[in-house]
Amino acid sequence: MKATCWMSPKLVEVQDVPDPRILNQRDAIVRISSTAICGSDLHLYNGFIPAMEPGDILGHEFMGEVVEVGKAVKNLKVGDRVVVPFPIACGHCWHCEKQMFSLCENTNPNAWMAEKLMGYSPAGIFGYSHLTGGYAGGQAEYARVPFADVGPLKIENGFTDEQVLFLSDIFPTGYMGAEMCDIKPGDVIAVWGCGPVGLFAIKSAFLLGAGRVIAIDRFAYRLKKAREEAGAEVINYEEVNVLEALKEMTGGRGPDACIDAVGMESHKPGLLGAYDRTKQALKLEQDRPHAIREAIMACGNGGTVSVIGVYSGFIDKFPMGSLMNRSITIKSGQCHVQRYMRPLLERIRKGDIDPSFVITHRMRLEDAPKGYDMFVKKEDNCEKVVLKP
Amino acid sequence: MAVQQTRRALSPTQGEQTPQGAEVRQRDRHYLHLQRLAAANEAPEERLASFLGWFSIGLGLAEVIAPKAFGKLIGAKGEHTNFIRYACGLREIAAGVAILTQRKPAAWVWARVAGDAMDLAALDAALMSDGTDKLKLSAAMASVIGVAALDVYTAQRLSLPRGPHGAVTAINTITINRPPAEVYRFWRDFRSLPRFMSHLESVQVTDEKRSHWVAKAPAGTSVEWDAEITDDQPNQLIAWRSLEGADVDNWGTVRFDPAPGNRGTEVRVEVEYNPPAGALGAGIAKLFGEAPEEQIKGDLRRLKQLLETGEVIHSDSSIHRGAYPAQPAKAERSKP
Repeated sequence: MKATCWMSPKLVEVQDVPDPRILNQRDAIVRISSTAICGSDLHLYNGFIPAMEPGDILGHEFMGEVVEVGKAVKNLKVGDRVVVPFPIACGHCWHCEKQMFSLCENTNPNAWMAEKLMGYSPAGIFGYSHLTGGYAGGQAEYARVPFADVGPLKIENGFTDEQVLFLSDIFPTGYMGAEMCDIKPGDVIAVWGCGPVGLFAIKSAFLLGAGRVIAIDRFAYRLKKAREEAGAEVINYEEVNVLEALKEMTGGRGPDACIDAVGMESHKPGLLGAYDRTKQALKLEQDRPHAIREAIMACGNGGTVSVIGVYSGFIDKFPMGSLMNRSITIKSGQCHVQRYMRPLLERIRKGDIDPSFVITHRMRLEDAPKGYDMFVKKEDNCEKVVLKP
Repeated sequence: MAVQQTRRALSPTQGEQTPQGAEVRQRDRHYLHLQRLAAANEAPEERLASFLGWFSIGLGLAEVIAPKAFGKLIGAKGEHTNFIRYACGLREIAAGVAILTQRKPAAWVWARVAGDAMDLAALDAALMSDGTDKLKLSAAMASVIGVAALDVYTAQRLSLPRGPHGAVTAINTITINRPPAEVYRFWRDFRSLPRFMSHLESVQVTDEKRSHWVAKAPAGTSVEWDAEITDDQPNQLIAWRSLEGADVDNWGTVRFDPAPGNRGTEVRVEVEYNPPAGALGAGIAKLFGEAPEEQIKGDLRRLKQLLETGEVIHSDSSIHRGAYPAQPAKAERSKP
């Protein structure tokens, strides 16, 4: 089959690789009909996530048709159409029972590696380095889906791929980001990053009752999308001082909650930006943390900072004093996608949201390298690339 | 002698048998073990080496940045010898950085000893030549001799053969979301152990108390032993010990404690073994890797997977040994 393989930083190739097979009894094999490039794939592409091997198949947002099931899979049959959540979860460990699927205790065969870096290991993830298991990803013609009796959501007819594909990651991720803000009616929420996850966080904040959402980015086309299609007020951080602007816009209170939908490769003009770029290049600091620093400083007293942008390791100049003295709460996590798929499918069915609004580019799987290149360079107003195998 | 004591410690005597008491004792023992491991990681000679590393860098920087002032300090004469101090400085910095960054710094501490000899030769030459400050030079020589003594001592200590002295102890623990009775039952049927203990080939149960174990050893060989259950408290604890004539003398306990808050079972494993002398012993040590703790943790993770999900879980890369890309294996490869 054809699959998008990570070869080295900034180099992905679509290669012919062996077809996947059932390895465990609760596996299914899915023929992929639609798959997408995620902003977090760009961290792999840029070489900032450790433990990648040349040849790793990328992709953790995918859906398709079940073509084979393992002996222990009773709820799916060949021909079913499914969306696959990006965290792999067993459904039986303590964290799965508590609906914290991205913390599944059994699905990372390389848990020892993650423990060295993070203390304890999160769940396995499709196509996301060997730190999270070394699972082949879904930017391919076929994928093996472990615990197919727990993760995949069956989709009946009546929905297009583009309406439901993002239930695999970015819609639930943005939604969880807003949910963690514990929004009360009328709250003001600030969102750093107007990529696809940021856009879903904005929409979700409104769905959960926010009065106003203020979005922060530097690309005019992304801010335009946030304003016109998600209903946010916007700040271009290259034009104004974000802290001052947010203070001004909130009557001096600051937002009730802040969402970091940027993560480890945030940009910052000026000296501090150069400082972090240098430290990251020298491996003295793994992540460039401007968005999270700014979100903490900007958050109103007693507010919440919700982190859904991806970080991999250590950061410095963390404004702990601001956090502690002002009773700020930080919440974070890889999305527990399995928890949100059904309720969010219901939202789509009711017409509360049509997730396909984020898509700007549709390509063949073979064009994945071009898709990565455009997405990372923000060319042609690229917001979200969907690949069709 | 140490082995005898450990054996006693591992088989709690019947008099102290309250379950809480036994549990506390085992936790204490595990804590002591962790303390010993931490202490072993910071042996005195390693602290000395680290001091010498920083000393090298400091001295080297002084020589490189201010060779002239440094020359004055030690009583050397003239600027034409500055380059010697500059070169010595570079050597000091290189040795210092190497000592601090290499996992096995012994060779670099020996390099410092050689450097001390060079320094002494240079100082001696300076002492013989005219126009130098003999008093300061003598003081400098005395300092170098002092540091050289420390270098030799540290290098010798670091060069001592390392490795298991006596019994090797490995402990680890995991929480499994199943009741203690079920985990105990699964473990108590020793025939199932090879399903999650990666180095075991087979275990045959010979009678109520005895069993025969075969484990993989390097180069396709195997080691065998007969074992006997030394303590068996249903749903709580199993202890075993190898019998006379074992290829690898070993013993251990596994405890099954109910985890608080309905989280299932805390499984605590403690294994000790006496690596045999010679090549086989080295092989066994290799088999357990540099961190026998990690090996046991891997086994416990597989046990958890078996009990919680029904099988050991594979990813596309984990079915191979070593680094392998995350993509499906070729069809002709056998299934794991």
